[in-house]
Amino acid sequence: MKRVVITGMGIYSCLGYSLDEVRQSLWDGKSGIVFDPERKEMGFRSALTAKLDVPELKKELSRAQRAYMPEQAKYAYCATVEALRNAKIDQDYLDRHDVGLLYGNDSSADPTVRAVDRIREKKDTTLCGSGAIFQSMNSTVTMNLGTIFRLRGINLTVSGACASGAHAIGLGALLIQTGLQDMIVCGGAQEVNPFSIGSFDGISAFSIREDEPTKASRPFDRDRDGLVPGGGAATVIIEEYEHAVKRGAPILAEVLGYGFSANGDHISSPNVEGPSKSLRMAIERAGIDIREIGYINAHATSTHVGDTNEAKAIYNVFGDQKVEVTSTKSQTGHEMWMAGASEVIYSMLMMKNDFIAANLNFENPDEDSAKLLIPNKRISKHFDTFLSNSFGFGGTNATLIVRNL
Amino acid sequence: MEKIELIKKVNEVLAEEFEKEVEELSPEKNIKQTLELDSLSLVDMVALIENEFGVKIPSADLVKVQTFEQLYDYLAERVK
Repeated sequence: MKRVVITGMGIYSCLGYSLDEVRQSLWDGKSGIVFDPERKEMGFRSALTAKLDVPELKKELSRAQRAYMPEQAKYAYCATVEALRNAKIDQDYLDRHDVGLLYGNDSSADPTVRAVDRIREKKDTTLCGSGAIFQSMNSTVTMNLGTIFRLRGINLTVSGACASGAHAIGLGALLIQTGLQDMIVCGGAQEVNPFSIGSFDGISAFSIREDEPTKASRPFDRDRDGLVPGGGAATVIIEEYEHAVKRGAPILAEVLGYGFSANGDHISSPNVEGPSKSLRMAIERAGIDIREIGYINAHATSTHVGDTNEAKAIYNVFGDQKVEVTSTKSQTGHEMWMAGASEVIYSMLMMKNDFIAANLNFENPDEDSAKLLIPNKRISKHFDTFLSNSFGFGGTNATLIVRNL
Repeated sequence: MEKIELIKKVNEVLAEEFEKEVEELSPEKNIKQTLELDSLSLVDMVALIENEFGVKIPSADLVKVQTFEQLYDYLAERVK
């Protein structure tokens, strides 16, 4: 099997619009969560959300290119420009090689809702405009990035709920391991508009700690009361090792293991067995001893059952082998379709800079989180291998293990 | 609406939507070439005209509207 390495990263998140800004926010323990009055007016139970600006891109892209891009495709474009630049890939390279594209995305509500509203109001489909169809499809990110960057390898959107971004990287790694692709642009994108998560709010999944937005996302804390929705996009360039060496690429890390499983159980409540299986599979495929893992980036979204069952799964696998576990969602909220990719980048930034960001708002453990080592303040630590979990509705699970190079 | 006023407004909305300078639009010029429209962005022009002027240009008529002059005339006959 061929080795898979990471040669570039880019991010657009509520913690910053570049790797440097995000690294600083992680270091500072900054929260990206705010109260959005518009949501309250719309009837939301919780008006908490991550805050980020939609990039305009008038200078970078033509009107025709922008017309087909919903907000998450614009975030993904920005993240991908940064990732390609850092990987030392230019358009000439992309034009001469078959580079693939696998991106996690599992909704595009805003353009869908607007088009349907227009049809209902005007009874004339032409008035939806040319962009609506391309903005509304689940594959909007991959179709937009694929045409903008003229990519000619595999082109697929991975829709695996809140594990989409992690599955995109994992599946990309498999394609490279088996020699089917030399390089794939992987990642995850998440829209942030109210329409995209209104129905999610409707099932009382969100924290209602509206008077303290920055304290609302509190993974593993005893007094957590739900997640906070977030979003943006994260891009990771993965590449076959020899290929990367040959072109003199900056080799940042190696994707050692990808584990996956499905719970085959409840549609929203996770169990312990499914995640445990995903963790074990990733470790086995990485061929490492668990003592080599120096940091775990948990999926933990700040929901009661989710965090509890993940804590149990981690304890199942690691037992008393203590390793720092944090959820960066304490800073970003739940970045959903994007999270699996963004959390690889957050972990990479920590690994490259010898620290572990604080698990914000972890004030009191519950019975299960008490068995884990969860720092609520930033710590200095050198580590060379991390594990990142991503779990999603429907019981889909993904685990990635990445080693520093 | 006076025709001169109509022409001014047509030029303004088209120039803004398709990111051109108003000065680039002149009666004898071809619409598609000037605004760089493909089959998809042509749909946006039709939707824009319908939204702004309340005139729907059916596909059968669209082939007859090639220049800005033809568009001004087409709308002048139909705008209330």
